[in-house]
Amino acid sequence: MTTASIKETPLASAHKALGARMVDFAGWNMPVQYKSIISEHMAVRTKAGLFDVSHMGEFIIKGAGAFDFVQYMIANDLQKLPKPNMALYTQFVMPHGGTVDDLIVYRRENDFLLVVNASNIDKDWQWLEKHARKFDVNMENISDATALLALQGPNAALILSKFAKEQVSALPSFCYGTGIASGVEIGFGRTGYTGEDGFEIFCAAEKSPILWDTLLEAGKEFGIEPCGLGARDTLRLEAGLPLYGHELDEETSPLESGLGWSVKLDKQDFLGKDALVNQKQNGLSKQCVCLVSEGKQLPRQGYEVYAGDKKIGIVSSGSQGIFVGKPIAFAFVPPQFATIGQALTIEIRGNKIPASVVRRPFYKRAR
Amino acid sequence: MLTYPQELKYVKSHEFVRVEGNVAVIGITAFAADQLGDVTFVELPKAGTSFKRDDKFGVIESVKSVSDLFMPVSGKVVAVNEKLSSEPELVNSDCYGAGWMMKVELADASELNSAMSASDYQSFVVD
Repeated sequence: MTTASIKETPLASAHKALGARMVDFAGWNMPVQYKSIISEHMAVRTKAGLFDVSHMGEFIIKGAGAFDFVQYMIANDLQKLPKPNMALYTQFVMPHGGTVDDLIVYRRENDFLLVVNASNIDKDWQWLEKHARKFDVNMENISDATALLALQGPNAALILSKFAKEQVSALPSFCYGTGIASGVEIGFGRTGYTGEDGFEIFCAAEKSPILWDTLLEAGKEFGIEPCGLGARDTLRLEAGLPLYGHELDEETSPLESGLGWSVKLDKQDFLGKDALVNQKQNGLSKQCVCLVSEGKQLPRQGYEVYAGDKKIGIVSSGSQGIFVGKPIAFAFVPPQFATIGQALTIEIRGNKIPASVVRRPFYKRAR
Repeated sequence: MLTYPQELKYVKSHEFVRVEGNVAVIGITAFAADQLGDVTFVELPKAGTSFKRDDKFGVIESVKSVSDLFMPVSGKVVAVNEKLSSEPELVNSDCYGAGWMMKVELADASELNSAMSASDYQSFVVD
């Protein structure tokens, strides 16, 4: 990819002014860290953090057939959103069971808002267009016009309550609210990708620098820190959340990735259902497990997993579990090695490091 | 602001050398520490081990990445910084001071003639 084709969010200059280290992520020039991944990670676990995730994609689906279309495209059950201002986590699944993308679907007054991964915007759009023909729907890709900020951490609700129209503390998880911050119209879901309470806040792209500054200023008294994609990755891993391209891809089903809780095989027909039913009945060939390894060397993507002398799997994501204080990883292994407590080893630079399968997630916040 | 003390020598693999008599104190530069980000683990050899210049002598891991460490000079390790095993973050906070890695008895002090000065290294990392 050439420099010329790298995209920037409207907040790029704000990030640079804060001293962020910028990296290319999925074709976007994004902040990986401001001060340090560890301090940003801890800010989110104990106070609050603000992330620019405007690179993510947003699609609007409307029309008389919108409900039926979205319901056909996703593995979760849209009936779980009986009224507007609710959201759910789900995946687009291919006929052979592989995953096109994972996403959040918001039901709004007159349409559905789909929030997809930045790296998959074009692919997802084509996937939806290809299957939309049989349905009475209109689709709009508002990714470039929309900014998305993630305000995460135990103090997130205190900060956002300064700007929300409704009482934020009473807003249930995965529900949608609105507000105004320094004149900027915002919509937000009580969602996130960190394992903490928090909100993902939408606004018009050109207004996002105002919203960014307003939230950082309002969060000062609550210990807010700007956070980059580095901490976002360590936080999501500790919280046991999959990342597309690591735990999910076109050769990995949501069941194999451990997302069975979000797959509703008893609902009406949906794309990929037959393959998932088949996997469920005949067993999975691989399964994503959580591993904790001993010592201080960190497991990383691509490292091999062994049972005795036999190579049985591969690490899909690994890092220091910054809050839990030990090396942690996601790995794909055959189901017979996926039992909690199973002893395995991870080969790290020629040494087989003991690791054991633990319950997902590595970190769960106190509620 | 990253600093490169005048009195040190630097090599392309981003280690520095501080000469104290016939002993070289070795660590990584501020540039390297900044690029790595939060250091979580430093694997160092035992005292008594001998290395040639450019040999791999250890491994440094950060949250983001893992890198090999290379000898800026030939020599025998006479001391390693044991503190780094419990406080690897010293490499980030004070790479030239408390974050030093090893002391090496110089096998050939003339090797340092080809190492970079502070200003040469600064130009090297800016380009």
